[in-house]
Amino acid sequence: MKLQPHELISEAIRKAQNGIALVPYITAGYPDKDGFIDTLKAVAKIGHVVEVGVPFTDPMADGVTIQRASHAAIESGVSLQWILEQLSAAKGIEAPLVLMGYLNPMLAYGIDRLADAAVGAGVCGFIIPDLPFEECEPIRAVFERRGLALIQLVTPATPDIRLAQLCEIGRGFTYAVTVTGITGEAASLPSDVTRYLDRVKLHSSLPVCAGFGIRTAADVRMLGTHADGVIVGSALVEHLEGGGSPEEFLESLLAT
Amino acid sequence: MFRPFGQQRECMHTDITAAEKKDLLKRLLGGELPDEQGRFGPFGGCYAPETLIPALERLQQGIDQYLHDPEFIARFNNELNQWAGRPTSLTMARGLSNSWGADVYLKREDLAHTGAHKINNALGQALLAKKLGAKRVIAETGAGQHGVATAAACARVNIPCVVYMGAVDIERQAPNVQRMYQLGAEVITVQSGDRTLRAAINEAFRDWVSDPDGSYYLLGSAVGPHPYPYLVRELQAVIGREARSQMIDIAGNLPDAAIACVGGGSNAIGLFHGFLADEQVTLIGVEAGGRGTGPGEHSATLSSGRPGVLHGCYSMLLHDEQGQVQETHSVSAGLDYPGVGPEHALLHVIGRVTYTSATDEEALAALQECCALEGILPALESAHALAGARLWAEDNPGKRILIGLSGRGDKDMPVLRKVQGDGT
Repeated sequence: MKLQPHELISEAIRKAQNGIALVPYITAGYPDKDGFIDTLKAVAKIGHVVEVGVPFTDPMADGVTIQRASHAAIESGVSLQWILEQLSAAKGIEAPLVLMGYLNPMLAYGIDRLADAAVGAGVCGFIIPDLPFEECEPIRAVFERRGLALIQLVTPATPDIRLAQLCEIGRGFTYAVTVTGITGEAASLPSDVTRYLDRVKLHSSLPVCAGFGIRTAADVRMLGTHADGVIVGSALVEHLEGGGSPEEFLESLLAT
Repeated sequence: MFRPFGQQRECMHTDITAAEKKDLLKRLLGGELPDEQGRFGPFGGCYAPETLIPALERLQQGIDQYLHDPEFIARFNNELNQWAGRPTSLTMARGLSNSWGADVYLKREDLAHTGAHKINNALGQALLAKKLGAKRVIAETGAGQHGVATAAACARVNIPCVVYMGAVDIERQAPNVQRMYQLGAEVITVQSGDRTLRAAINEAFRDWVSDPDGSYYLLGSAVGPHPYPYLVRELQAVIGREARSQMIDIAGNLPDAAIACVGGGSNAIGLFHGFLADEQVTLIGVEAGGRGTGPGEHSATLSSGRPGVLHGCYSMLLHDEQGQVQETHSVSAGLDYPGVGPEHALLHVIGRVTYTSATDEEALAALQECCALEGILPALESAHALAGARLWAEDNPGKRILIGLSGRGDKDMPVLRKVQGDGT
């Protein structure tokens, strides 16, 4: 039976070889707009699922790296429309793709139109950090009808009862935000992060991926036994800014 | 508790029928808006990152517990009277009345402690923050009036406070930066984004996301995720309550029109709420028309924006076809913002309030006229209300006009010196 797009995400994470899936994030069209699809392909060779960041002028949950990347991408003409066109034309991307971005550009595009375009472009799901549980239903329902995931974020501040609700309506994977804060900023992961991930695992029938502040192979190793995957965003974006190869960096994260 | 999933509904459609408009006004007057989902009709809501949801729930619980609690209200009112100098005066503006051929009254929020209406909200929220056990307060500021008010209120209730302010605003509102320092606040210069109010709000949110348990975000305008637009409106409603009874006492009647400036819209919503039920009172909000009508030249959100989501609420917004938020311009830092409070968006679409705009030039002229004829130096923000009122008076001669003079203009010296020359 053909899997739904959201199931492709879950499957890709579950099938990760050494027990921990890698979910890299890149801001679309940054640092090099022309190289977007090549970079994406390279990242998707190692990553099990890839998050493609849709830039927004006011990314209020993001740290300086993704702010910088977003503004530069917008300056160079990257838009949701452009991203969907690029993805539709691209062939041979080896991992399921998830679009991550703030709500307003998606509303401006039109949610029904977005869902259709996403299916056409091979996108399997969405992460929308400013669309909490209370507001998500009209949008989640549109995605659900096309088999697209609206991936839910949970945080260390999320109480158990809410955690259960979020895990229940989520698709693809459960995004466990590891730090109370913004992306890319943590100097070190909080000491009780493994206990928190165990709590999320208890409530989630979907794979659990840990994200925010994950930068090193040691982070990946520590989280690997408590989560099904790790999300690496700012650290990868900074590596790309420095002109480094994405494969090399991502492989170094998986080194034991 | 968190809202059950089944209660969600389609709520962002803004093509409202005439019958729906009437019903929404009725519900607003009946105190039913915002509804349980934080909606003013299609607008409002709570588009906040998950990390902040428990903190916003705690804020809602705090509001439920204290905002209508007689003991809390008594304390708040006592502080408003004895510390903040309320009630503020209603001044019959003889010079402007003669000049415009109207009866002009000024609601003098410039006389409130720290020089603007902002103190009403800052004091109320600082008292609430104390009740909620906050260890520090975060605030953003544009013109600096909210920053100064928050610094003062936090000193009064003894909580440390951090104020985010855009680098552009720090330059043009320098006197207020010094006042914040004197009052013990830490002022953080925001270099990201457009380096004005919008960027300051982004940074304040980022700070809050990093410490949602210990910090209280003291938002300064009637914007942001639910329950802020409601909380700020309730705390600013004192302006309209006082003004309404003062008009009856002093002018002997209600005004024909009540006029206020609108950036995020906190002073306007406070003034308008006193008169929403009085059908005969025309309500006018004046936005910043800046130096032109093109993108980036003004901040007239209701006049030329479209619905969108920024800073946690669905409201009218200045953004491009791609949903990217546009740059704004206004000579007044306090109006230089691409969004507007969701309740104003509702009042706009149901037609209870008319929103117009005044240009930089018109506002500066109004400021000078008010200085010359009334001996009152208004803030550049408030000067937009004066400019809008003057235009309305031209079209409607002989009427009784109430103007929300939201703040004093001492802070605007660097801008005035720049645009008018030295003047010495």
